[in-house]
Amino acid sequence: MAAKTEKPGGSSNSVHLRAVTKKFDEFVAVDDLSLEIPGGNFFTLLGPSGCGKTTTLRMIAGFEQPTTGEVLIEGSNVAGLPAHQRPTNTVFQSYALFPHLTVLENVEFGLKRSGVKKDESRSRATEELERVGLASESSKKPAQLSGGQQQRVALARALVNRPKVLLLDEPLGALDLKLRKGLQIELKRIQQEVGITFVYVTHDQEEALTMSDQIAVMNVGRVEQVADPETVYDRPATSFVAGFIGVSNLMPAQVVKAGDGGEVKLEAGPAVVGSVEGLAPGDSCHAIVRPEKLLINDRASGIGDGLPSVDGVVESSLYLGTATQILVRLPGEVPMTVLVPNVNERERDALPEAGAEVKLAWDPENMHVVRDTTIVK
Amino acid sequence: MEAASIHNEGGASPFKRASRAIGDKLLPIFAGLAILYMLIPIVVIAVFSFNDPQGRYNFEWVGFTTEHWANAFGIPELTSSLVTSLQLAAVATVISAVLGTMIAIALVRYEFYGRKPTNFLIVIPLATPEVVIGAGLLSMFISFSFPLGFVTLLIAHVMFCISFVVVVVRSRLIGFDRSLEEAARDLGATPAQTFRLVTLPLIAPGIISGSLLAFALLIDDFVISNFNSGTTVTFPLYIFGASQRGIPVEVNVIATILILVALAAMAIVLWQQYRADKMAKVEPEPDPMQEHPRESRKHAVTKQTP
Repeated sequence: MAAKTEKPGGSSNSVHLRAVTKKFDEFVAVDDLSLEIPGGNFFTLLGPSGCGKTTTLRMIAGFEQPTTGEVLIEGSNVAGLPAHQRPTNTVFQSYALFPHLTVLENVEFGLKRSGVKKDESRSRATEELERVGLASESSKKPAQLSGGQQQRVALARALVNRPKVLLLDEPLGALDLKLRKGLQIELKRIQQEVGITFVYVTHDQEEALTMSDQIAVMNVGRVEQVADPETVYDRPATSFVAGFIGVSNLMPAQVVKAGDGGEVKLEAGPAVVGSVEGLAPGDSCHAIVRPEKLLINDRASGIGDGLPSVDGVVESSLYLGTATQILVRLPGEVPMTVLVPNVNERERDALPEAGAEVKLAWDPENMHVVRDTTIVK
Repeated sequence: MEAASIHNEGGASPFKRASRAIGDKLLPIFAGLAILYMLIPIVVIAVFSFNDPQGRYNFEWVGFTTEHWANAFGIPELTSSLVTSLQLAAVATVISAVLGTMIAIALVRYEFYGRKPTNFLIVIPLATPEVVIGAGLLSMFISFSFPLGFVTLLIAHVMFCISFVVVVVRSRLIGFDRSLEEAARDLGATPAQTFRLVTLPLIAPGIISGSLLAFALLIDDFVISNFNSGTTVTFPLYIFGASQRGIPVEVNVIATILILVALAAMAIVLWQQYRADKMAKVEPEPDPMQEHPRESRKHAVTKQTP
């Protein structure tokens, strides 16, 4: 998969998980997971809550030991090493700032533990606080800072130690939307500035798409796909990834012919030619067309003639400002979302209303066939 | 819903409104009387420490003098009993603070055989009548032919006070954010350093207020001490003995001093609690504005995974 194609001139793997399984009693949190995280990468573990992404992070940090399998950091096996002996640092979701210490003392904590002299630790901590724009707050206690400021202190406290890998566990989860957007950009800038491998855990697909070099989409303890954001968005490997990454438009289908010039038969319509990879004839699959790539019109008009299409009924129409979102139901209760940009008012007024019988058409190039994982699981 | 609306309607009727107005006036009066009831004995003791009684009894106001305050430590038996009490309470408090903290950590942090019974048994000394504890300890000391004195008093007091420290420290530990310890470990602190630099400073307010509570209880313990003191005389035992023959005014003086010290201790406890509350505020408060989109997104996800 895409994770294995290293960037030109990229360094070797920073973190390598080999067939890692973690069980809590009978519950399998992480199931035979293998991942290679390239050095200097902004790598995101993305998935719904309970998918094992935080457990994976905690195994890299050393808070949990894998039941089976190996964790390697820069080529050396860290099995059995406790957290305080690993070259990793963590930014916690709850920030976990020491409330009895000042901001500066918080940032100095790790340096002091590794025996850095007082003057040096002070100047390095101050420098790191400058990087996150909080040098002026250094003598305050964490409780006197806002949530966003506390998060920056947590970042400085981890980064100042120059770990080989920085682990971030939903660090922006407790912040409001506007602040989160700002910090996303800042985090990305800092990562590029310091060049340290970031392993970032989130359930927010937008966040993952904005910040990551690579995304591993996880579901029930397994990795569904590892790829760069564009690939994950445009060419999801499974129906789970497609559904999790955005509005999905999953049309149930069956493989007729596999391969590059393959063919699938839609349950709700015709057979469509397209690229069908990693599947065999007879397999059940999903055909995906992104909402913004669907054409909608009433059945009488000729727009979209010659293109593959399905019939459906408009259920609702929602004005979103820059676009109009139309929900269409296909036979077999398959929901489809169509996004029509509001280019001019006349076109918008001509859009079908609820109850209208419509035709959805698309360019076969914009259709993508994925393995059906939602049902197989 | 129903009850609330009825209550509102009732509040609007003129009769209810009048009765509430009377209630609003009466409440401070009753509260004041209750406080007076609790304070009068203490005030009497303090006032009578300035009395100048002619006989052996300090029950009637005769005249004002500061002579007994100047002579506060002039009665050797009284002074030595006070010193004994202070020593006993100090040593017992330190021992209970250390043991109590360790027990509390074990009870909160570790799963072990007998944890639940221990959690229950630890509060039994708080509920048991002191007379029973005192008599029980005495019969135990006698059957082991252990000589009664400072050591037996110490054992009795520690046993009684550990429970207070455990209860206070345990509640502090239950609200403890474990990710703080993980953060310390993550930043390179060994388990011992983590305890010294993070855990201990954060549970210190609990240990301090538990210990002060224990100290305040110990300094005036009479019942248990009376059984197990042998020939050792503590401050409460001295007062009890003296009251048979007439209480010297110096007792009032020292009692007043002790009350002032206890008030200071209470102030420290409150300040520690305030400090603890302030520290607890560090955790991020979830923003109601952004909770919603996150929830709805989660919802969209669950739909995809049947």
